[in-house]
Amino acid sequence: MAENLLTPSHRLVVIGGSMGSIDALMKLLPNLKVSVPFALVIVLHRKSSVDSTLADLFATRTRIPIREVEDKDTLEKGNIYIAPADYHLLIEQEMIFALDASEKVNYSRPSLDVTFESAADTFGSATVGVLLSGANADGTAGLTAIKKAGGLTIAQHPETAQAPFMPQHAITHTVIDYIFSMDELAAYLNSLG
Amino acid sequence: MMIEEDEITILLSDLFELYGYDFTNYSKASLKRRILRLCSLDKFPSFAELRYRIKSDPTYLQRFVEEITVNVTEMFRDPQFYKTLRTEVLPSLGSKPFLRIWHAGCSTGEEVYSMAILLKELNLLHKSLLYATDLNPTVLEKARKGIFPLPHLKLYSENYIASGGIHDFSSYYTAHYGQVKFREELSEKMIFSTHNLVSDRSFNEFDLILCRNVLIYFDKDLQETVLRLFDESLGSLGYLALGSKETLKFSSVAAQYRQLNREKIWRKIY
Ligand SMILES: C[S@@+](CC[C@H](N)C(=O)[O-])C[C@H]1O[C@@H](n2cnc3c(N)ncnc32)[C@H](O)[C@@H]1O
Repeated sequence: MAENLLTPSHRLVVIGGSMGSIDALMKLLPNLKVSVPFALVIVLHRKSSVDSTLADLFATRTRIPIREVEDKDTLEKGNIYIAPADYHLLIEQEMIFALDASEKVNYSRPSLDVTFESAADTFGSATVGVLLSGANADGTAGLTAIKKAGGLTIAQHPETAQAPFMPQHAITHTVIDYIFSMDELAAYLNSLG
Repeated sequence: MMIEEDEITILLSDLFELYGYDFTNYSKASLKRRILRLCSLDKFPSFAELRYRIKSDPTYLQRFVEEITVNVTEMFRDPQFYKTLRTEVLPSLGSKPFLRIWHAGCSTGEEVYSMAILLKELNLLHKSLLYATDLNPTVLEKARKGIFPLPHLKLYSENYIASGGIHDFSSYYTAHYGQVKFREELSEKMIFSTHNLVSDRSFNEFDLILCRNVLIYFDKDLQETVLRLFDESLGSLGYLALGSKETLKFSSVAAQYRQLNREKIWRKIY
């Protein structure tokens, strides 16, 4: 599998979402081509620590290998990784995941800001940060960090979001490169080389 | 504020040289986050100021260690895990004349009191000893007292019930001014002591070792060292329990262990 190992020149796409974003992802995933040339990390706010079924749920919508992250798992391109409930998800310079059970950030664990910031730190300008539907302000600071590192920022079009507050908050308070519907997002991600 | 990787390296070598604390094999991503968080909490304008404070003020060191390590814990965290302890692990050890349990990285002790409650309900507490260790003396002081904030008790009692507890959870403590104190009967069998997993040796042989949400802060090399330490410290057919996202799979000791169904509990197979 060595040829799948990520290097900082490969892209890392991080999608963060909260209320309403599971539906959005259920729409997005079937439209992604199977051999995406990047690693995709999904961080969602969720209630309980027992629903590792989220990966199973998404797996019904895509043939891209998808799984919930365990401590020290390696990032490989062409894979989708889901942040586990109740841990912050970080990325080490060695392209492996690290989990952190510390205090909630923005009342959330996992926090979108934490993973966005860590991705920006490790992948720099190769980071693509996407913020989906949600009803709180998590994610905006993280997208700012991605922008600062030279990466790319995308927000779900608030009119297409079940909960428009979160993407709208980012659009108002930071620099967003693209504002996309889920169809546009799929087309864009499929076009990444 | 920004911190570079090599600045962290410099700070870590200061800590080791001056105070003997070795954080060099901790997860860099997590350390960096914690250091940045501390700089913002304590309003250090630059990395150099933080470094100077640590070098010149030994009392600040204690705060640094407390804030850099993560102490978040709760009672009956992951109720399913405790259910497996209750229904499988502890009953299988029940015929032993004597039970030794080690909580490595016990933080403020919530996990240890949860275990004492399980043992009590299985009528095993009288013949058990619970060794609870951590590198941080401040959390151990709290653990020793068995006093926890009252607002957390709602969650703890829900967790207790979800883990299969059938007694009145409130019978285990008394509430007093926003705090609760757990019954002495539970803490009688606990021994608290500092122990640094990086540098201290094995100190006994155990039937069950719990080290949950500690290894996630270590890199793979340090995880390997610590897992070997646990392996040395575990009696035959003993159990090792890790946190819900931690694993033995990268370790050389994995071959000697069998995992219990889906839980993060492994049994030594010889
Ligand atoms: C997140 S808490 C885990 C508490 C509890 N085991 C649980 O799962 O709820 C991590 C604990 O590990 C301790 N720790 C970190 N490094 C350690 C080391 N080298 N040796 C011993 N304990 C350590 C910290 O002080 C902290 O109290």
